[in-house]
Amino acid sequence: MPVFDPRELAAIFAGGCLGALARAGLSEAIAADPGRWPWATFAVNVVGAALLGYFATRLQERLPPARYRRPFLATGFCGALTTFSTLQVELVRMLDAGHVVLACAYALASMAAGFAAVALATGFTRRVRTVV
Amino acid sequence: MLVWLGVAALGGLGAVARFALDSAVSQRAGSGFPWGTLAVNLSGAFVLGLLAGADVAGDALLLAGTAALGSYTTFSTWMLEAHRLGEDGELARMWLNLGGSLVAGLAVAALGKAIGGAL
Repeated sequence: MPVFDPRELAAIFAGGCLGALARAGLSEAIAADPGRWPWATFAVNVVGAALLGYFATRLQERLPPARYRRPFLATGFCGALTTFSTLQVELVRMLDAGHVVLACAYALASMAAGFAAVALATGFTRRVRTVV
Repeated sequence: MLVWLGVAALGGLGAVARFALDSAVSQRAGSGFPWGTLAVNLSGAFVLGLLAGADVAGDALLLAGTAALGSYTTFSTWMLEAHRLGEDGELARMWLNLGGSLVAGLAVAALGKAIGGAL
């Protein structure tokens, strides 16, 4: 087993609290229905992927090393803001309800938009010359 | 209001659990393929499928499902790792990560839901 730094774990925990609150707040505000596009999950996943592309690129390639920024912002916040399990269970519910086209569109659109969000945020962060 | 304190705490714990399992798996499996994230995402999708099959609802689903398992699993890291594999020219691994995670995730979520429904 790896040896963990308690302060790193605390940073991940704090970021995870905030990410989960944002995602759960949105998912409670927008009711889920297997016959409709799951906007809450789709939005947090795409926005979270863009943020992670930005944070990971900036912290790794742009800024001097910092111990607790990546655990807090990337592993904690972005990791918890986005979700894989909810996406999959939404897909299973759509398929069970016979919404095959919706399920295929939702799966492909989530992956295409999430991947594009990482690529765009990464490219943007690398092009910005100033190290802020 | 109290339930939102629970959401925050379980969301934080889910993120820490993800980091712990990802680190443990990655240390054993090496860095060629993001097995750590896959292990986290598949285990989380399976358990959320169990909860869905068992008709867990309301605050229990908000806390155990949305907060804990939602934070434990991650979409953004999956996408970032796939993108970085592509940048490194590992196109076969990139597509395997994208397609394999999706198909395996669906399979374990459906399996979990079937088992949860039978319980």
